Amino acid sequence: MTDSSGTTLPGGSSPSRERSGPGPVARNGPAPRSALGLRMSLLGWSLVLLTGSILGAVLATVWITSMSITALGVGIPLILLTTALVRWFADLHRQWAADRLGVPVPARPYQPTPDAGWLVRLWTILRDPATWRDWIWLVVNSITIWFSSGLSLLFFAFGVLYLTYPLIYQLTPPQVFRTPMGEAFRLHSVAQSFALVPLGPVFLLLWYTTAARLANLNARVIRALLGPTEQARLRARVQQLATSRAETVDTQAGELRRIERDLHDGAQARLVSLGMSLGLAEQLLPKDPQAAQQLLAEARESTSSALTELRDLVRGIHPPVLADRGLEGALKALALVNPIPTTVVTRLPGRLPAPIESAAYFAVAEALSNAIKHAQARQIRITVEFAPHRGGAAGELTMLVSDDGRGGASIDSGTGLRGIQRRLAAFDGTLTVDSPPGGPTEVRMSLPCVS
Amino acid sequence: MRIVIAEDLALLREGLIRILRANGFEVVEAVDNGAALIRALTTHRPDVAIVDVRLPPTFTDEGLRSAIEARRQIPGLPIMVLSQYVEQIYARELMSDRAGAVGYLLKDRVTDVGQFIASVRQVASGSTVMDPDVVSALLTHRSADPQLLELSPREHEVLALMAQGRSNAAIAARMFVTEKTVSKHSNSIFTKLGLKPSEDDNRRILAVLAYLQG
Repeated sequence: MTDSSGTTLPGGSSPSRERSGPGPVARNGPAPRSALGLRMSLLGWSLVLLTGSILGAVLATVWITSMSITALGVGIPLILLTTALVRWFADLHRQWAADRLGVPVPARPYQPTPDAGWLVRLWTILRDPATWRDWIWLVVNSITIWFSSGLSLLFFAFGVLYLTYPLIYQLTPPQVFRTPMGEAFRLHSVAQSFALVPLGPVFLLLWYTTAARLANLNARVIRALLGPTEQARLRARVQQLATSRAETVDTQAGELRRIERDLHDGAQARLVSLGMSLGLAEQLLPKDPQAAQQLLAEARESTSSALTELRDLVRGIHPPVLADRGLEGALKALALVNPIPTTVVTRLPGRLPAPIESAAYFAVAEALSNAIKHAQARQIRITVEFAPHRGGAAGELTMLVSDDGRGGASIDSGTGLRGIQRRLAAFDGTLTVDSPPGGPTEVRMSLPCVS
Repeated sequence: MRIVIAEDLALLREGLIRILRANGFEVVEAVDNGAALIRALTTHRPDVAIVDVRLPPTFTDEGLRSAIEARRQIPGLPIMVLSQYVEQIYARELMSDRAGAVGYLLKDRVTDVGQFIASVRQVASGSTVMDPDVVSALLTHRSADPQLLELSPREHEVLALMAQGRSNAAIAARMFVTEKTVSKHSNSIFTKLGLKPSEDDNRRILAVLAYLQG
């Protein structure tokens, strides 16, 4: 489990984490830890972020300066360099905010920089609204950070200061630390300074109660300024939909071609040969009844094979038991004929929309056959659950296929899981695999159901 | 022998009637939907019902449900179910009331008329007939039931043939052993599955049922 509020900058972790989607709970939120430990780590972060904001302000200045000297020529590489720095810096903050708020980081809002001449790249960067939002964030953050992280730090510092005031009084030269609250209140002895000690716990309590809230406030400010705009979000969504539509169309076309080929080479050819056998038998009947009988028997065999082929084809298009019994019955039927003992647990509110049932069935069936083929499992468990959204029939269907096999499965290693992922993507569904070497493996799939 | 048929496709219905009449059966009624099936069965009380799984109005497993429902009203009614495809889950449901003979065959088995007629007679006489497809699926299915794991490969084979509705004599012929050996194997199967001799008539069905549920 990644402790995201530890000692390294969370943004430094590999980008694969951003893609991993909704994984185990702890990956989304701050790792569970003691209340005091959390606040101490937030204190550390306040310090880091404060320093960072000063750095950011410097960066913003350099950047805007280099803009103004673009005309001189030397500005261009400087802008490109600072832009890269600013974006990296902003990414770190995005990651921090996401870890703090427990919501996944949205995709980077930047427009892709073309691999062309410097001027073109510069122009793309300058035209990208996200560039200017970054700049605004750098400036705004260098101010607002003092009201969140700064305040938190101040509370803590005052707490410690007042708590140890007599000691400080004693240790410091006579002219320092004698006016803790301005000229009007001057201390003359150690005994007097003890009056300040009760203020220590008050400030520490203030720090303790507000630390998490102030950090969240800071994270929200970062998210508001650095998150994608509505337009960028829509653009990303359109892109995603276009990709998934193209994949769906491809898959469907491939499927139709396969069905056409199977019908043409299989059942259709068999029916033709059947007709030929019958024709010949008709002709032979008066002269050679025995040969005719032989032909008729062959013809019957032929119908059997044709029917078997058609049956397999139908099963591949839409399993009859799925039509009869819905997802629950079809999965139970699937588990029954499985060579590895398989438990099926379903929590479904009756029948789901047909396309969802079909997509879910094929996804689970594929994940199951993946487990049978590769996992060397002794036990497989299928859990299918429908969680309705508050109000309305829409909701989320989650499917979990887990086995106790040898693990090491990954989306990139074969076509099986990748295929499911593509199928599900057409429905805005997702697939994640958790399969450490040595097992166990857990394939988690989700399908949103809109109605 | 009196038969009620439920099949919604007219072509197949007429074909079935023709095959059965040609083999000396009396088709007392042929219906094309689930509700009519229950009505026909309760009025005629036939010796065997031949039912298609998929029937109107739902065009899902209406036939199967109606047959099971009818048997609740007529205990012991032999039912032969025909389907375009065989599914173990349906085989189990058909047998789970343990209240009479059951046949479950692919529709294209009808084309082997001799074998089909023999199967209908077996079901009418109280035997259980499972489609070879169901049985072979079960053979490849590594059973998790510890009781079934105790069976020897030979006993497995006997049980599989039993599930296809064969008599001891037929099993003996198929396995090239004497009928006595078969009955020795089947007694051993019954013992291992914990089926008491008092239920002798039903023991074959119970054994097959245990096999299906493994």
